Amino acid sequence: MDPSEKPRIATTGVVTPATPGISPEQKSTNGFDPTRSSSPSLSASIDKDELVRMYRLMLLIRRFEETCGQHYSLGNVRGFLHLYIGQEATGIGAITPLEARDYIVTHYRDHGHALARGLDTNRIMAEMFGKKTGLSKGKGGSMHIFDAAKHFMGGHAIVGAQLPLAAGIALAQQYLETDVVTMVFFGDGATNQGTFHETLNLASVWQLPIIFFMENNLYGMGSAVGRVRLQGADFSDVMGAYDVDTVSVDGMDVVAVREATQTAIDKVRAQGSPIFIEAKTFRFVGHSFADPGDQYRQKSEVEIWRRRDPLVTYPHRLLEYGLATQADLDDLSESVDAEIAAAVEFATNSPEPDLSEAFDDVYA
Amino acid sequence: MAEITIREAITQGLAEAIETDESVFIMGEDIGEYGGAYSITKGFLEKYGAQRIKDTPISEAAFVGAGIGAAAAGLRPVVELMSMSFSLVAFDQIVNMAANLRYMSGGQIKVPMVIRAPTGAGVQLGATHSQSFETWLAEVPGIYCACPSNPHDALGLLRSSIKSDNPVIFAEHSHLYGSRGDVPDDYYEIPLGEGKVARSGEDLTMVSYGYGVHILEQAAEQMAQDGVDAEIIDLRSLSPVDYDTIVASVQKTGRAVMLDTARRTGGIMSEVVSEVQERAMDYLDGPVMRVGSKDVPWPYNRNLEQDILAQSDDVIKAARKIISF
Repeated sequence: MDPSEKPRIATTGVVTPATPGISPEQKSTNGFDPTRSSSPSLSASIDKDELVRMYRLMLLIRRFEETCGQHYSLGNVRGFLHLYIGQEATGIGAITPLEARDYIVTHYRDHGHALARGLDTNRIMAEMFGKKTGLSKGKGGSMHIFDAAKHFMGGHAIVGAQLPLAAGIALAQQYLETDVVTMVFFGDGATNQGTFHETLNLASVWQLPIIFFMENNLYGMGSAVGRVRLQGADFSDVMGAYDVDTVSVDGMDVVAVREATQTAIDKVRAQGSPIFIEAKTFRFVGHSFADPGDQYRQKSEVEIWRRRDPLVTYPHRLLEYGLATQADLDDLSESVDAEIAAAVEFATNSPEPDLSEAFDDVYA
Repeated sequence: MAEITIREAITQGLAEAIETDESVFIMGEDIGEYGGAYSITKGFLEKYGAQRIKDTPISEAAFVGAGIGAAAAGLRPVVELMSMSFSLVAFDQIVNMAANLRYMSGGQIKVPMVIRAPTGAGVQLGATHSQSFETWLAEVPGIYCACPSNPHDALGLLRSSIKSDNPVIFAEHSHLYGSRGDVPDDYYEIPLGEGKVARSGEDLTMVSYGYGVHILEQAAEQMAQDGVDAEIIDLRSLSPVDYDTIVASVQKTGRAVMLDTARRTGGIMSEVVSEVQERAMDYLDGPVMRVGSKDVPWPYNRNLEQDILAQSDDVIKAARKIISF
């Protein structure tokens, strides 16, 4: 039985029928009509070079993640590996409009965000390989990518734990009277953590300059959001509960995400109050590399989403509108492959950390 | 030199930090309008304003986490927990975030933050409000932990804690807020990790911290009447522990009793006993004794609670097993 059909028992003891939940079909498509919107939007407000650059970044993430998967199989990457494949449009749309002075805090599916922010591809890959030259000197791993100089404040692997941290960074901006925006990423799974409620309340009460960016990929590991959240995949209740402006955007449409995020950034920067963005997206692969991703969702559901793959639809759109030629895209693809190959070479040839480094960086 | 209470010493340390360092601010539950559950920050909101003195919702995970984030972004928050028992609600933030951020970022992030909390049993608050989790937190690499026994140390340790670029757990035994002692007028600091010989003696080394030092003093006075000259070492910091001072004392006396006012099992003294046996075995005339509160939840009833609490009689009983008097 679909959990949304379960009768709810009121405290009075009267059995009341459940409110009409979202249908299984709506659930599987995250509210989208899959036959519609196979083409992402374009925008006159973003210049041509930037539109093309956004594609390159998405492709960089896709190839980086595929390469990480290969090197996991080879034993060069270990631990837990959570791939961002399918969600590239969300990360690129969200992060590219941020300024260098803005802060990013994210979850453990963090490689895409790191690449979107422009962290050094070589050093991210070296961290994946656990090498001395990795961003965290090989002591963080896939789930803990940091680059403080770029205001990329991790890579956090306890679901929802990054939310208070981000609120604190935003609090510091308010305290120091900067116009810096803090953006914190989390998934639909994190919304059931206490820290989600606590941090939204805190941010609203204190009017912190923060963007809560939810990547709603419909599954907290293997649990469909409709099975574990009373309101299912509909997050419109957040605005009423916390008096925070909310925006919902098609996370498979990089330009739509970017424009929605740009508007939110401008508003937070000007007003210093929080905004909640929900990007509806989907991961094409399992939760982690250990998860084939087929036990808790239908192949047909994945197929529906794959039809909206931004790495297919977006370049098609660029060609259609004459913003790039096939030759341009081929060149770009080659340059991405070269960048990934160089990163693998860098990581492979980098030294292991000295054993003594286990004792460094414990205390300042 | 002035005689003040521990409460006044902590208030002074906080006020000083607020006045001398613009990056210092205080936040916690009811620290502003209410003045703090233990009146440490009474009058602060009026004096320093709402930017520096932030009342928080009852959301320990969120405001401890926010403190960590603010510290990571360059401020020096002093976060007050109303009770050390409430640290449990924020444990993920303290242990996974505050303690680990520096390490897992390869040294890129620092967390200059103090978490202050009243700790300890003995005032009939029952099982959920009487626990001493500083002994758990002292085990976590990446954070320091201080626990003063007197006003002089409270002020000196608080100054060092706020200046530290690391997260510091500052455990204040709730019995001791009214405890009086002399504090010098001239500025001084007490480095984290530096213990102190609180009383010199030749026959027996006794080690504790916070309220435990007062229990040891009672025990030492009583033993002195029986001709036993006990040395007392006040750890002052539970992390790092000043093992050198302890080991030097044990090498001199050959006998040791370690007192935890927290539960006996898994307390910091379990570590101290182990280290001392490894480093001073050849000097020992008997086993290193470990005294602690009994391993049950804290009862409400006064008689039961006092029976569970480690007392000076327990210390003396342990001492009699390794020295005749």
